[in-house]
Amino acid sequence: MTETVELVTSPIVHSRLAIEARGVHKSFGANHVLKGVDLVVRPGEVVAILGPSGSGKSTLLRTLNHLEKVDAGLIRVDGELVGYRLKGRKLHELSTHEIRQQRAQIGFVFQNFNLFPHLTVLENVVEAPVSAQKRPRSEVEAEALTLLERVGVADKVHDYPRWLSGGQQQRVAIARALALRPKVILFDEPTSALDPELVGEVLEVIRQLARDGATLVIVTHEVGFAREVADVVVFMDDGLVVEQGTPTKVFDHAEHARTREFLSHVL
Amino acid sequence: MTAVSTGAMSPPGTEPDADGIVTDDGTVIPASELIVARNWHPWRWVTSIATLVVVAQFVHGLATSPGWNWGTFADYFTARSVMLALWLTIQLTFWGTLIGFGLGVVLAAARLSRNPVLQVISWSYVWAFRSIPLIVQLLFWFNIGYLYQTLAVGVPFGPAFFEFNVNSVINGSTAAVIGLALHQAAYSAEIVRAGIIAVDEGQTEAAAALGIPRRREFFKIILPQAMRSILPNATNEVISLFKGTSIVSVMAIAELFYQVQIIYGRSGRVVPMLMVATVWYVVFTSLLSIVQFYVERHYAKGALRNPPLTPIQWLRRSFNDLPLPPRGVTK
Repeated sequence: MTETVELVTSPIVHSRLAIEARGVHKSFGANHVLKGVDLVVRPGEVVAILGPSGSGKSTLLRTLNHLEKVDAGLIRVDGELVGYRLKGRKLHELSTHEIRQQRAQIGFVFQNFNLFPHLTVLENVVEAPVSAQKRPRSEVEAEALTLLERVGVADKVHDYPRWLSGGQQQRVAIARALALRPKVILFDEPTSALDPELVGEVLEVIRQLARDGATLVIVTHEVGFAREVADVVVFMDDGLVVEQGTPTKVFDHAEHARTREFLSHVL
Repeated sequence: MTAVSTGAMSPPGTEPDADGIVTDDGTVIPASELIVARNWHPWRWVTSIATLVVVAQFVHGLATSPGWNWGTFADYFTARSVMLALWLTIQLTFWGTLIGFGLGVVLAAARLSRNPVLQVISWSYVWAFRSIPLIVQLLFWFNIGYLYQTLAVGVPFGPAFFEFNVNSVINGSTAAVIGLALHQAAYSAEIVRAGIIAVDEGQTEAAAALGIPRRREFFKIILPQAMRSILPNATNEVISLFKGTSIVSVMAIAELFYQVQIIYGRSGRVVPMLMVATVWYVVFTSLLSIVQFYVERHYAKGALRNPPLTPIQWLRRSFNDLPLPPRGVTK
């Protein structure tokens, strides 16, 4: 790979942050989606990212596990550069194999679940730990069954995903991400594709993860949930982080007019 | 059925009744005992009988016209020369399919890769081999010895390690296999590519996000899902290749069609010999259709809650649904 990215020379904090994004830029053609985003997540923290559609919050989330390549800036997860290796003063992209090894440590939950429809629920959860992390199948299966019980689909392990409700599918998808024992889990609007009565059961699983001390980054439109579960709320607009802080600070004492305007529509 | 309760709407002779209906002769039938009569479809019977008469005439004609000469058909249907020719036809189909689809998968992968050189080469291959008529390609391969007398394996544009004579390597059947397979590869490539791009992009993304290795992603996640749309078209291709092998008869290769031509050329019994070939083509095409059904059923798992019934399941259910009196009941 000869692709290189100019390193933004901003002071780099070398403490073990769970996630650290500095000066992240990303364009799709002429559309400048991320315009220098900084984001810091400490271990055990739950971060909710809010913002109007088109503000770049999903794109930011997808750069965190290199599903989108950044045009400039750097991203570290658990102190390790994501997707690149620093050689001299330039970032060189890692090989496909190395990138996939990194991604296995970063859980990702999609809006549309993206379960593998031709594999059973159990096979969905077991696949990646066995093929990506080379762990023994029997051990992974035992752990998968425990995880599926934790998310409340223990009676569906041999069903195919299409036989399940949306809420059940999303809970399986969360179990699938957890099976890789990730350092952080990224949620991309995990309840946006669900019927209203199914949203609660998925949020309950995420709430439980938060209580257990997992590091979570959640792009969401569920403002009430963000206020309740998040340690830090990040408000994004037009490719930039406009405001961040505790839920009380952002929801009740927002400094920026843009934040207040957005919240007035959704609260 | 319930009785109409608005008096004004009732036809004469029927009185509205809360629990049933009054017939013309004054008896009252309770609503719970009213039965919907089965309709009698006279035209359905007429058209069915008329069609069956035509079919019966056709079958009768087949069975009785001396021109069909079923005796000759029976003599040659399993004759040794016909069996050998059938075996060659099956071999041509097998290798044409195996090499054709193998190369087709490679071409599809090249076309979908991010390497522009591979994309262009794959596109050009498909363009070229779809553009040249199969019969022309076959004759070309058959005559390859005129273009190149020797083939050599060695360093590109450099020294050769060993050489061999083209005509000793490429005989009639290998020329036929090469021609059929390369032609097939162009069509297979497009069928495989169509199947792969029909798989939801979210599947690739999920596999990437989970860190599943690329090769594993292709064979375990993408291809099994693509198979659902690949299979019906692929079976079409195998069947048309099986019948299409008859085209290599122009190169005097003793496959099924060439062999029956030889036989009727000698005996003059054209029709029964054509029927020998026809029936064998139909038999193997039918076998392929059955295989298709079961393979498709296999790849439908997870997509359908209830997989389609196998013919045996279907027969059993139809038999159970027959309106027969329950066992042990006599009139």
